[in-house]
Amino acid sequence: MLYREAGDFKTSYEADSQTFPIAFDRYRIWVVLAFAYLVVPFVINDYWANAILVPFLIYAIAAIGLNILTGYCGQVSLGTGGFMAVGAYASYKLMTAFPDVSIVIHIILAGGITAVVGAVFGLPSLRIKGFYLAVATLAAQFFLVWLFNKVAWFYNYSASGQINAPERTVLGIAVTGPNTEAWAQYLISLVFVTACAIIARNLTRGSLGRTWMSIRDMDIAAEIIGVNPLKAKLTAFAVSSFFIGISGALFFTVYLGAVEVGEAFGIQKSFLVLFMIIIGGLGSIFGSFAGAAFLVFLPVVLKVIGVDLLGWPTDLVAHFQLVIVGALIMFFLIKEPHGLAQIWRLIKEKLRLWPFPY
Amino acid sequence: MSSDFLYGIEVIINGLMAGVLYALVALGFVLIFKASGIFNYAQGVMALFAALTLVGIMEGDVPFSYLINAIFGTEIYNFGWTVPVLLAIALTLVVMVIFAWAVQQFVFRHLVGQEPIILFMATIGLAYFLEGVGDLMWGSDIKTLALGLPQGGSRWVEDMTVGLGGDDFYGFFIDKLDMVATVVAIVLVAGLILFAQYTKQGRAMRAVADDHQAALSVGISLNFIWVLVWSLAGLVALVAGVMWGAKSGVQFSLSLIALKALPVLMLGGFTSIPGAIVGGLIIGVGEKLFEFLIGPMVGGATENWFAYVLALLFLVFRPQGLFGEKIIERV
Repeated sequence: MLYREAGDFKTSYEADSQTFPIAFDRYRIWVVLAFAYLVVPFVINDYWANAILVPFLIYAIAAIGLNILTGYCGQVSLGTGGFMAVGAYASYKLMTAFPDVSIVIHIILAGGITAVVGAVFGLPSLRIKGFYLAVATLAAQFFLVWLFNKVAWFYNYSASGQINAPERTVLGIAVTGPNTEAWAQYLISLVFVTACAIIARNLTRGSLGRTWMSIRDMDIAAEIIGVNPLKAKLTAFAVSSFFIGISGALFFTVYLGAVEVGEAFGIQKSFLVLFMIIIGGLGSIFGSFAGAAFLVFLPVVLKVIGVDLLGWPTDLVAHFQLVIVGALIMFFLIKEPHGLAQIWRLIKEKLRLWPFPY
Repeated sequence: MSSDFLYGIEVIINGLMAGVLYALVALGFVLIFKASGIFNYAQGVMALFAALTLVGIMEGDVPFSYLINAIFGTEIYNFGWTVPVLLAIALTLVVMVIFAWAVQQFVFRHLVGQEPIILFMATIGLAYFLEGVGDLMWGSDIKTLALGLPQGGSRWVEDMTVGLGGDDFYGFFIDKLDMVATVVAIVLVAGLILFAQYTKQGRAMRAVADDHQAALSVGISLNFIWVLVWSLAGLVALVAGVMWGAKSGVQFSLSLIALKALPVLMLGGFTSIPGAIVGGLIIGVGEKLFEFLIGPMVGGATENWFAYVLALLFLVFRPQGLFGEKIIERV
């Protein structure tokens, strides 16, 4: 009844091609944004920020990045963890080398550096495809982690081999370091997520997004109708790595504060982000959020049920988590290969006809 | 001969032995890939699971004991008996066959005709699932696999070769276990080749690998063949799991050797059994030699990434691998 196109007359090309053609969607997105910006920062506490909301927002950026590469351009990557590490170490080097420059600029620059690294590791994608490429991206994952472990310049020759985020402020409010308030952590992540989501959504709607999707659907046919595969694949790698780099930088500076590369950005992280986009939905920005939310919430929920309610030992619950995540991946691939985003789409389809379906 | 040169040869020999173990894991991949087009990421976890099951059965542990204890508040861990090695191996094989059937019945039967990359991701899910189940069944602590396989360096090889070099050369150091593994691997590969060439099921398997629809039309049950290849992959996983487990204990890192098998496959080509073996040997020798010659200059631990970078560089020049079928694409 409320959710429909009927009666919403478009009178200009801009109105006709806007992101959310249905009026209800537009109001909904404003309500969600207003809630996220105006309500949550005042009620958030440390537990919610650290266990759920900040990791969710940061993983959502990484998932958007990987979704651009895998979901939109069809190039499976298992190097996400390595690229996040590039973002983290780039932001660390920039923060310590130029302490007077704003951290926001550092994080964006870290994304840019990651984009360059990503494009370099994307070069083989011009020759190799499918899981050959997936395995090739493993080379990026292992090589980058090894590099940050072995070359002392990257961690400023610190004795522990760790990197620690120094305290930095935005508009006079600490956003990194030990004195950061929960709401500040949350807000800076939220600002980046909002910006990334808007950019990604519009990129994928535009001509660049269409070239990516044509490469994904059938690369040879795309080449024949005039899509340049070199440009399409390398831009996909670069844009995807840009987002992943930003997420890695935020993960290090805002969320963790101190990072040991093998532990924080190992191969498990690559799989985690890949699972997020499979469960959330390949080729969907909403799906990236849904998948990130799902896989951040699941361990917390399982821990609350298993450890707090049933009193099981923690490691048993951790094993259960593996079983459930694995089973869910298979379940989704069998029942709903397009993930949570597809379920959402079906609900919207039903809503448009409600209450008089035919 | 200078001792540096001789040590180089020792590194090569040890690399060959390590390569045999990589090839063993890669072999399981090739079997499944040829017959069903599924790129089975879970092969490494299958090796871990098989080794865990073998240890658990041998020591008479109660499966899921931690879970049962947590739910019912009981304190049972062990049946109190030990099972002889051969019987335990047979029982483990039964478990792997049941696993193969379950995987086919509940997962991949529903995914027939999906894109290869979807199947690949499903096997990643399977890997997580199986890892969790293995931990739930047998606990996640590091276990030692006491099969009575010989351990340590071989005295005999050392004594035989000590005369080759000067005073600062003490002979080749070669692990006995690696030698056993090599022999077992050769026997296993020979057995598989004989099975594929000279038995009815083996021929059916090759027919399915060649063309699914043609195989169906002459009355071969695809379902049966797929269960068969998953069982064979389970057997290979068991052998690989036992060899690696005896070497470094049965623990989670065992499943990471699956990742090492991926560059092996890329070198050798996904569809070729000889390719898996040659690829394994090249990777094994390559990473040991690289660590020996270049490693000290760049800070060591190059074994973590060398195999992947080698495979990556190689693929740029020959995308189908050494022995893979030529990729022909049509619109």
